[in-house]
Amino acid sequence: MATPSADASASVARAAPRVPVKLWIGGTIVVMLVAVAALAPLIAPYPFDGMSIVNRFKPPSAQHWFGTDEFGRDVLSRTLYGARLSLIIGFGATLISLVIGVPLGLIAGFKRGWIDEWLMRGADVLMSFPPIMLGLLVLAATTPSLTKAVIAVGIVYVPVLIRITRSVTLDLVNEEFIQAARARGERTFYILGAEILPNAWPPIVVEASLRITFAILLGAALSFVGMGAQPPSSDWGLMIAEARPFIDRAPWIALAPGFAMCVTVIAINLLGDGLREAVDPRLQLSRGG
Amino acid sequence: MIGYIVQRLFAILAILVVMSLLIFGITQILPGNVAHVIAGQFATPDVVHAIELKLGLDDPVYVQYWRWASGILKGDLGQSLIMERPVGPIIADALGASALLAACSFVFVATIGIALGVVAAVRRNKAIDHAISIFTYVGISVPEFFWGIVLIIVFARYLNWLPPGGRGDTSESLLTRMSYLILPTATLTFTLIAHVSRMTRSSMIETLRTQYVRNARAKGLPERVVILRHALRNALLPTITVLAVDVGWLIGGIVVVETVFSYPGLGRLMIFALERHDLPLIQGSILVITAIYCTANLIADLLYACFNPKIRYGNAVR
Repeated sequence: MATPSADASASVARAAPRVPVKLWIGGTIVVMLVAVAALAPLIAPYPFDGMSIVNRFKPPSAQHWFGTDEFGRDVLSRTLYGARLSLIIGFGATLISLVIGVPLGLIAGFKRGWIDEWLMRGADVLMSFPPIMLGLLVLAATTPSLTKAVIAVGIVYVPVLIRITRSVTLDLVNEEFIQAARARGERTFYILGAEILPNAWPPIVVEASLRITFAILLGAALSFVGMGAQPPSSDWGLMIAEARPFIDRAPWIALAPGFAMCVTVIAINLLGDGLREAVDPRLQLSRGG
Repeated sequence: MIGYIVQRLFAILAILVVMSLLIFGITQILPGNVAHVIAGQFATPDVVHAIELKLGLDDPVYVQYWRWASGILKGDLGQSLIMERPVGPIIADALGASALLAACSFVFVATIGIALGVVAAVRRNKAIDHAISIFTYVGISVPEFFWGIVLIIVFARYLNWLPPGGRGDTSESLLTRMSYLILPTATLTFTLIAHVSRMTRSSMIETLRTQYVRNARAKGLPERVVILRHALRNALLPTITVLAVDVGWLIGGIVVVETVFSYPGLGRLMIFALERHDLPLIQGSILVITAIYCTANLIADLLYACFNPKIRYGNAVR
């Protein structure tokens, strides 16, 4: 059945730049995850916080595919709702670090001088903290909540984005079209926004896509140690932490959100790697984290 | 090179000072009055005020900072509010436990990571290479706390081979006490191994293409000797710097893994302190962890500079 189409696709693959397999697989799963997150209230069989004393610690069954937890809440429904929170943490925190980091990186690379010096030293200090410690320090100052965890995780990755944006900007500043814009007397704001930024995007987007999984993992870790999302939220990290005392009796409570999290992180990693290969094939494999 | 080291050491000192200010500043705005925490729920305002006076909490902030910072220089990190013992020895105990866990994990990450990398490079694009690559991909994608819980379910609950957590006490045999380390070590190793094995693989592949490896083969040396003695030695240089970076990651991972396994190390101590708003303990533990992290990063940078003659520090512009 596949012979002619396989030949056709092979020749297409040879003619057009190949879309990496990783990008396909990762992209498909991520789209499905976003759909699950968006449609959670429609597809979840029960509300995420619906308790039922008679149904505590029920093993997986036809009524409750993934079983129920210590309050009789449906683990499947909670896991589906959890996809929302996980994606909010991943994309929200990355967005925050982009919004703060990219402008600062542009200014540092373009203006140089004392602004650059101060920003880079500031980034050095923030990067001297282990990421989880910085998140904990930010969260310790207030009562923990999911929103604050998103902000904390976002702040943790600001220095990385400042550095990336700055180094791309430094490369671009000496290009002729920037010199021309300067000679025309364009304002700094215009040069940064209209001339440098559009050309600096690819490496920044690739870096940001890799940060998403770091953000999801860090956010879940913060929730796991009790400094992120708070009960009765169905955040996966929090669900696993709450299931921890009962893994002898009811291991399914921890397994469902755990596997969901692995699938999410692997999918987004594949997407990021695929994106990186598509943007710059030479970057494959070597550079990690 | 020496100039660079001195410069970096000064930079670290500066960072530690800034960091102590940050840590002190943030812990000052923590919710909840320390005196209230000590006095308890039903204390009268007089009692609370007396405790505030005793602890010097009504002094200006800079006086309090100076008292704390100068204490650190004398090796005094203050008194834990909850445990009512000096912070220094508490942290020292926890640090010992963490160091043991970290050292075990580091040894396994290094040996297994390098071994997997070499095998993957030698059998490049064969089934085993793909298997190793999938294994490490999963390792880097699974959060440490979930991996830890899976191990507890399998090895402690179903198989009942290993303790699910804790550290054991001194009355137990050495072998029993070592068994407490196995699951946390396995968890940390699995989550960290991907970097080392990937780096070893790619640098081994490059080295195997070089002229001297071909010469060694042409001399008729056995393949094992060529790979282990000629190629691996040179391929290890980039791996060493990755290992030093991994020490930093290990410190982050330890906070979570110690919580999963109720292992009485520095990470769990810090979470304990944060939960109970024990200010001196929070400040001390964060400061110690961060100082270790900085040192690990410095060593990583120095190793990188040592092994990479192409990289010139000191006159770096960017």
